[in-house]
Amino acid sequence: MVSIVLAGSGGAGAISAATVLLEAAGMAGWYAYMTRSVGAQIRGGETAAMLRFGIEPVTSHDDRFHVLLALDWKNLGNFASEMPLCAESLIIGDPEQGDVPETLAASGARQAEVPMAQIAQSIPGGRGNMVAAGVIAGLIGLPLEALVSVVVKSLQHKGDKVLAASNQALRAGFDAVDEFGLGTAFRLHPGRPAGPGKRWIVTGNQATGLGAIRGGIRYVAAYPITPATEVLEWMGPSLARVGGALVQVEDELAAINQIIGASYGGVPSLTATAGPGLSLMTESLGLAVASEIPLVVVDVMRGGPSTGIPAKSEQSDLNIALHGMHGDAPHLVLAPNSVPDCMFTTHWAVHLAETLQVPALVLSDQAIGQARAVLDLPAEVVFPTRRVVASPQTEGEKYQRYAVTPSGISPMAIPGTPGCQYTAEGLEHNPAGAPSSRAEDHAAQLDKRARKLDLYDYGDAWADLEGSGECAIVTWGSCTGPALEAASRWWRDGAEMRVLSIRLLSPVQPRRFAQALAGVDRVLVVEQSHSAQFYRYLRAHYELPQQCRVFHRAGPLPVRPEEICAQFSQWSNA
Amino acid sequence: MNETLARTCSTGVAAYEPDAYRSDIRPVWCPGCGDYSVLAALTNALAHLQLPPEQIALVSGIGCSSRIPAYTGVYGLHGVHGRALPVATGLKLARPDLTVLVAGGDGDGFSIGGNHFLHACRRNADLTYIVMDNQVYGMTKGQASPTTAADWRGSDLTPDGTGLVPFQPLTIALAAGANFVARCFSGDPANLTEILVEAIRHPGFSVVQVLSPCVTFRPEQRQWKNLVRMAPASAGADLRSAARHLMEDDGLSIGRVLYRGDRAPFAVKRKNTVEVEKLVEEFIL
Repeated sequence: MVSIVLAGSGGAGAISAATVLLEAAGMAGWYAYMTRSVGAQIRGGETAAMLRFGIEPVTSHDDRFHVLLALDWKNLGNFASEMPLCAESLIIGDPEQGDVPETLAASGARQAEVPMAQIAQSIPGGRGNMVAAGVIAGLIGLPLEALVSVVVKSLQHKGDKVLAASNQALRAGFDAVDEFGLGTAFRLHPGRPAGPGKRWIVTGNQATGLGAIRGGIRYVAAYPITPATEVLEWMGPSLARVGGALVQVEDELAAINQIIGASYGGVPSLTATAGPGLSLMTESLGLAVASEIPLVVVDVMRGGPSTGIPAKSEQSDLNIALHGMHGDAPHLVLAPNSVPDCMFTTHWAVHLAETLQVPALVLSDQAIGQARAVLDLPAEVVFPTRRVVASPQTEGEKYQRYAVTPSGISPMAIPGTPGCQYTAEGLEHNPAGAPSSRAEDHAAQLDKRARKLDLYDYGDAWADLEGSGECAIVTWGSCTGPALEAASRWWRDGAEMRVLSIRLLSPVQPRRFAQALAGVDRVLVVEQSHSAQFYRYLRAHYELPQQCRVFHRAGPLPVRPEEICAQFSQWSNA
Repeated sequence: MNETLARTCSTGVAAYEPDAYRSDIRPVWCPGCGDYSVLAALTNALAHLQLPPEQIALVSGIGCSSRIPAYTGVYGLHGVHGRALPVATGLKLARPDLTVLVAGGDGDGFSIGGNHFLHACRRNADLTYIVMDNQVYGMTKGQASPTTAADWRGSDLTPDGTGLVPFQPLTIALAAGANFVARCFSGDPANLTEILVEAIRHPGFSVVQVLSPCVTFRPEQRQWKNLVRMAPASAGADLRSAARHLMEDDGLSIGRVLYRGDRAPFAVKRKNTVEVEKLVEEFIL
């Protein structure tokens, strides 16, 4: 596998060049994975695409990058910690842009210069970012034909001139690898094309949208927020194609309340947001719990608190997702643990929400949501999703919306059903839905709402367990990729290691957790939050072995596989 | 309108009596509260329209008047404070076949829910919004609301008065794009019934402000029955007349539709051109 950073100030085209490379890698039969780091400026801020290519599936980043290519330096030096390099790495800059910033040069990486802007200028309509894409392709052995075919597909509509300029720029960059003596150290073996229809290229946010629609979501209320906007942007036109609708609304309070209204009307509904939006929605999530209206809220987490770091990842919304609501408000919290899992987990969240008549929070994050990857196309999953609805009542029967049932699930009348008119209530209520402050009604309804989540059999999907042995990494969300990569290094060396990645965070599954960790005497918890939110959550709900440590840090720096390995090595030596 | 009402009653074909739209739950309202009359006028209006109760939804937020859905026999949703309009909008857009009504008070609609009010007017979804305005927060026992006069000293929270210019809901509704605007008085239920019938029939976002006295915390509002007067016919001539009337008015002219717009209601277009299974194709290499 080979890891590349392609950087430049916003507008220089680093991300679009990286996207071309990613797709070309897919065409050439490689797997590929790309995340991005974008600064605060709308345009002109530092922008970096982090890429990793492989013959085998790629699920996370490596410890270090082999190549850093920068179209310009601007303030890229401030973000050196996000693109770790080493003495074996290669930094490629444009001589017109001056020296490599000290923070990057300090890695001791070899430096090379390619006059990308000048090369681009020599081609009418040529752009530096396409020259850069050509350079990277040449460096890693990605066939030029694959790049050209991607560019032809994406630029055909712009006419022959633009196409010719791009192709020339790609070739000039490709040839520059030999011309400037950049070497062959980073070449990958040729890819193994999987055949048509076997692989796909998708972002986590798109996969989230696709999972939602597959689950049956047909109404979305949308308020834009980084880094969740792409979920909404993909769902808008896609929902329209399948007879659903997305409506942009005035704020997040409207978003959550619109989907409460739409779902009350019988249409499975969703909104997507980030931390600040989730904070605003929290009161109304409690309404959905109390009135038993199913819905899904996707929170693509970013650095917090407050506005925080909008375009960079962190796993720090766990506490608000679990505990944000006032009162005793049982609800679902789920977290995808990879780009493709965004599809499965969101699909499952819709299924559970509809089945259990409860809100489901899906905690994705920027690292997964805005990651784009070339992957094997997963098999389609089918859930028997069915909201239990009430049948028309005949004269004399009294429909009880909140009937206290053994399962805790009560048939929900959809407006239009004769004889079942009721008022969905945020006030505590009796089984008929009439407001009630009686202790008995409160207890019965609290029990019912807790029971329906507790009694349900969530099956094996509650977590992913890999490996065996007496040591385990327990993690969640986007830390799962690095954890698996760390474990794979043990496995490669013949050592044992379990990785447990929890997908269903609430309700907790103590029996399944104990089963998954049976025989484990050493647990390392891995997460990306400053206050170790996940560790504290595990401590509160699960039996952990006496030897339990936590490796946690705030975003936006991703957890690297070698850091996880180092934790265990230090532990063994202690 | 009176003629139409009379005709329906005289033919005797009404399948739904007003009681068909009432539940058997007793309101929490104080004796003498104006909201009883609003409830009665609403059930009369629905009986006049002969809408099947299961095809109607009434959405509300929090406050005395927001308790109204439970007292009706239609589908209801009693949500959180200030968010009735987005709930109703989501319901209407997802279920355009339903008749969706929204009810609440001046605090719920114009203070905590003020932003939604502006955008509901702009969006012009086919909703009827009934605001029972008593210029006070009644459920929390008598604090100044956005429509309270600046010098009202009845609350310990604002012992010197709020000093704030009262919110002008109908002027703002007109400016923001509401498609139907009227002011009524709960003490004239016959007129209120007529106007509610018109509001519900009118496509788009209809706002009906109902002066509805709070006899407990604003006992002086008992005098409204002597102070209100019919708005002049000229007030409802067009948008400009309505706006001028509302800006010059003392807030106590009632009984007339001030504006009927012809803006097409907001609705989502549904195409349904592909199977869900096809959506993945754009991602396949």
